[in-house]
Amino acid sequence: MTYTAMKVEIDGDGIALVTIDLPGQSMNVWNEALMTDFAAFVQDFVKNDKIKGVVITSGKASGFLAGADLRMLSRGGPGGAAKLSRKEQFESVFNLNKMLRTLETSGQPAKALLKGEAFAKPVAAVVNGLALGGGLELVLACHYRVVADDPKIQLGVPEVQVGLLPGGGGTQRLPRLAGLQNAAIMATQGQPIDPNTAKGYGIIQEIAPRDQIVAKAKEWVKANPKAVQPWDKKGFKYPGGAGAMDPRSVQFHMGSNAMAQRETNHNYPAVQYILSCLYEGSIVPFDTAIRIESKYFFKLLTSAQSRNMIRTLFINKQAAEKGEQRPKDVEKTKLRKVGVLGAGMMGAGIAYVTAKGGAEVVLLDRELSYAEKGKAYSQGIVEKGVSRGKVTKEKGEELLARIKPTTDYNDLKDVDLIIEAVFEDPDIKADVIKKTEAVIGKDVIFASNTSTLPITGLAKHSERPEQFIGIHFFSPVDKMPLVEIIPGARSGDRALAAALDYVGMIRKTPIVVKDTRGFYTNRVVPPYINEAMLMVAEGVKPALIENAAKVLGMPVGPLALCDETSLELGLRIMTATKKELGKDYKPSGVEGLLETMVTKLGRKGRKSGGGFYEYPSDGGKKYLWPGLSEYFPLAKDQPSLEEAKERLLYAQLIPAAQCYAEGIVSDPQSADLGAIFGWGFAPWTGGPMSHIDTIGLDTFVRKAESLAQKYGPRFNPPQKFRDMAAKNETLYKTAA
Amino acid sequence: MTDAFIYDAVRTPRGKGKSDGSLHEVTPVQLATQVLEAVRDRNNLDTAAVDDVAFGCVSPVGEQGAVITRTAILNAGYAETTAGIQVNRFCASGLEAINIAAAKVKAGEADLTIGGGVEHMSRVPMGSDGGAWPVDPSVAFKTYFVPQGISADLIATKYGFSRDDVDAYAVESHKRAAKSWSEGRFKKSIVPVKDVIGEEILDHDETIRPNTDMQALGALPPSFVMLGESIGFDAVAIQKYGDVEKINHVHHAGNSSGIVDGAAAVLIGNEEIGKKLGLKPRARIRGFASIGSEPTIMLTGPEFAAQKALKRAGMTKKDIDLWELNEAFASVVLRFMQALDIDHKDMNVNGGAIAMGHPLGATGAMILGTVVDELERSGKSTALVTLCIGAGMGTATIIERV
Repeated sequence: MTYTAMKVEIDGDGIALVTIDLPGQSMNVWNEALMTDFAAFVQDFVKNDKIKGVVITSGKASGFLAGADLRMLSRGGPGGAAKLSRKEQFESVFNLNKMLRTLETSGQPAKALLKGEAFAKPVAAVVNGLALGGGLELVLACHYRVVADDPKIQLGVPEVQVGLLPGGGGTQRLPRLAGLQNAAIMATQGQPIDPNTAKGYGIIQEIAPRDQIVAKAKEWVKANPKAVQPWDKKGFKYPGGAGAMDPRSVQFHMGSNAMAQRETNHNYPAVQYILSCLYEGSIVPFDTAIRIESKYFFKLLTSAQSRNMIRTLFINKQAAEKGEQRPKDVEKTKLRKVGVLGAGMMGAGIAYVTAKGGAEVVLLDRELSYAEKGKAYSQGIVEKGVSRGKVTKEKGEELLARIKPTTDYNDLKDVDLIIEAVFEDPDIKADVIKKTEAVIGKDVIFASNTSTLPITGLAKHSERPEQFIGIHFFSPVDKMPLVEIIPGARSGDRALAAALDYVGMIRKTPIVVKDTRGFYTNRVVPPYINEAMLMVAEGVKPALIENAAKVLGMPVGPLALCDETSLELGLRIMTATKKELGKDYKPSGVEGLLETMVTKLGRKGRKSGGGFYEYPSDGGKKYLWPGLSEYFPLAKDQPSLEEAKERLLYAQLIPAAQCYAEGIVSDPQSADLGAIFGWGFAPWTGGPMSHIDTIGLDTFVRKAESLAQKYGPRFNPPQKFRDMAAKNETLYKTAA
Repeated sequence: MTDAFIYDAVRTPRGKGKSDGSLHEVTPVQLATQVLEAVRDRNNLDTAAVDDVAFGCVSPVGEQGAVITRTAILNAGYAETTAGIQVNRFCASGLEAINIAAAKVKAGEADLTIGGGVEHMSRVPMGSDGGAWPVDPSVAFKTYFVPQGISADLIATKYGFSRDDVDAYAVESHKRAAKSWSEGRFKKSIVPVKDVIGEEILDHDETIRPNTDMQALGALPPSFVMLGESIGFDAVAIQKYGDVEKINHVHHAGNSSGIVDGAAAVLIGNEEIGKKLGLKPRARIRGFASIGSEPTIMLTGPEFAAQKALKRAGMTKKDIDLWELNEAFASVVLRFMQALDIDHKDMNVNGGAIAMGHPLGATGAMILGTVVDELERSGKSTALVTLCIGAGMGTATIIERV
């Protein structure tokens, strides 16, 4: 038999060594080629008496097997593209489970194994590196599991992170080996564990030096010609109990149901289905259990949610990080040394992520003490990391050694890139641009970090506007994953390439946005927060507003967010905008509320002691300020939770749609990435554009229009969306 | 339709539902048997006349399983022709059993029936019968399952009852129960429980604390903080009740119903059978109803059950002299009084389950008997009996003294 995705060598003892090694790929994954090969091999193995046992390993140094090919899954799984009936589609999904079950039973009926009338031929897994998802599931279907003694090896089932569940028996073999609780934590959170933990859980049997793992596996296969999985033996019991009547498992299921609902707000069916697989699967025999698992997997795989999540959170995120929007014919930018101008909160954070990315940093500020304080920020993070064991002392020290605080512009003379993060004032920026361009190399790109100032305007202060570009970091820089890159009117390809190369180096997710007020994220978030404040002004219960946002899947409520960014800032921006626009200023409706809160009541936000919330000085949990209803009396008729949710959702969807319609973000991918990684838009949706596609443009337009009727024209959908809806179009043209 | 009359009502005293409770040594079948014997013996009943017996039982497994009613009928030496059914409507099982028994009479299926219930919580603990609702993720998620204590605390939070409010209600329950016992108001119905050698082992409700006060109750820690805050049930409730910022955990062992052992039986029949057997009717069953309502807040069903029963009986709340609502949790009663605007002086006048305990499957039958006695004692005419029920149900029965 010839295989393309793996190699099979049968030794003198009749032990087949299967080495999975996908051609032309850096990592093994379950794709259609491997599925075909492996299925053929299993058939041969079961029938061929010359093969006495199997040892499965990987030909990749990068690891054992990293799970399923996400692109295949986003097409609806193996055979997803073909026109199959529901039943045929399910059977194609069930194939992996069936194949692995045949591998572990040698095709013997479960009853015969149970009675000891039949045995399976031994199968061992040799895990040389990470085994995730379907990779770990293949390992679990082997009778004996040997892992190399490398604590960095990750073993896990991360499918939940793309809205799926381990559909290759993971939800059945894991709890049967490790107990319901350990299995639930692994599968619902998706975090991998190391080999030692896995051994403690009972998931693997042996850890051995890397050069001995194949020999150890062969040894076991040779010594155990009659193999049976524990769950195929008579009297098998789940470690820690299971089923609908065992008080231990009843308590576990009750608790995990509540915890999962708390964590997911009912937005991630995958989590519930995983728990359902654990529960239902524990009551029935193994062969029934894997069918149940495949059915829940099928439900997820054919849902829009997993497609949206895979598309945005993985495929498009990776594409953006790999420079999808980078001009192709520009040479990769050298980034050995980066000048960071301004060591305030933003500059300090930028210095840290830059040094962490491996570059030397010249951190410049007016006073040395400021620059040093900026470096101290990195020191704080490093120390915390060392104390928590996240980074070694040496690595931490190396990182810090790369940051040079200075006040001397001459220190910038040999930098490869400038990131300017001084105070958001055009005059100060102009001064810094001038001083910097006087010393840096002629071809060095100058990137200005700003959240409000138009780049084209700033570029006017530059001698080399084609080398000038905007870059918008979010605060805190070391935590926030998104960066907006803003080419000005005259920015050249080299500038864009350098900015993207830099973002790649610091391992953040870039989106390229148009140079307009607020760029993308700051065009959407303020109207959203405004909507919440309007609701307060209308007398909607503040708790309802906050809970609606949380149930929607936002990380924090909009009023809490407003407290963080400060109401005072809100009032200041509003006053400035009013002044700037004069007669053209369109009232947002929250002017009175901001005045009352900030000016009259002094409730300026979290840092000033309180805003919409009270922040107990003893560090207790924040709670909504009870005095609020005195100034904004509660309305007699309160909206339902659903109504409040919808209003807050559309308060984000509409401005996001407008940004796309106006070309501020040029594609739905960027709009979705920016939303999820910029302001934490509900990740279960895959982003606002994915969500609009999922509910249908037509539904979106109709809903927006009805909200506009109810709450005001700000909810009207953009014309482009109306037109697309009329033509039955979708925002995304293909699945990925 | 034929009228259904209540001819007699008996109950055991309620024993503390733990292994050191007085009734722990007696089997559940014995408890059920002894109330059936009492009904027969007090009325010189030819048991061949009893068509059917319906007993509520909420954990009908183990020694309460396999239709305990029929086992008790046979054990009590009733005629073999008397049928038996076991009813489960959670906390209202005893009342539902009476409603079924009455419905059989009203429908003309039977002339003489017994409704009642049994729950031996010290021997067959609550939850022994398992169940999908809290455990099976597909239903727990869909219905936002939370345990009853969380629901009771949600009611207190949503409808504005403070810890003091619920504690004060509990103190009053104990006071009323103690007073009723001291005045002998329960004497008519109480059947002391006997052991295997025929000795009485309990003749009074065992969990009443006549001297409890706000201070004593105030010292008790709230019971549902861990479930709510650490396990996450508060969040689940708030996902449905978004206007609640934080659930105020006010309930504890002292203002919730006690776990006890007990049984009760009520003799029901049409007018003719009463005459034939020489029985004196004590009350007429005017109507009854069961409802379902929102399952997460779970325990506000009595309001709707009462309204439905009143409407179907062609009555209004003004027509009711006495109200009896099982004291599952203090907030349940406080909310019911608030919703229907009922004066506490007309509500649970002899105390309730906070003081005397709540033997799940039997309580409905017990409090119906209590209110029959009270109507006779006070000379009042009508009463409505109702209970809150798991998963958002409610059952109510209206009776009228004759």
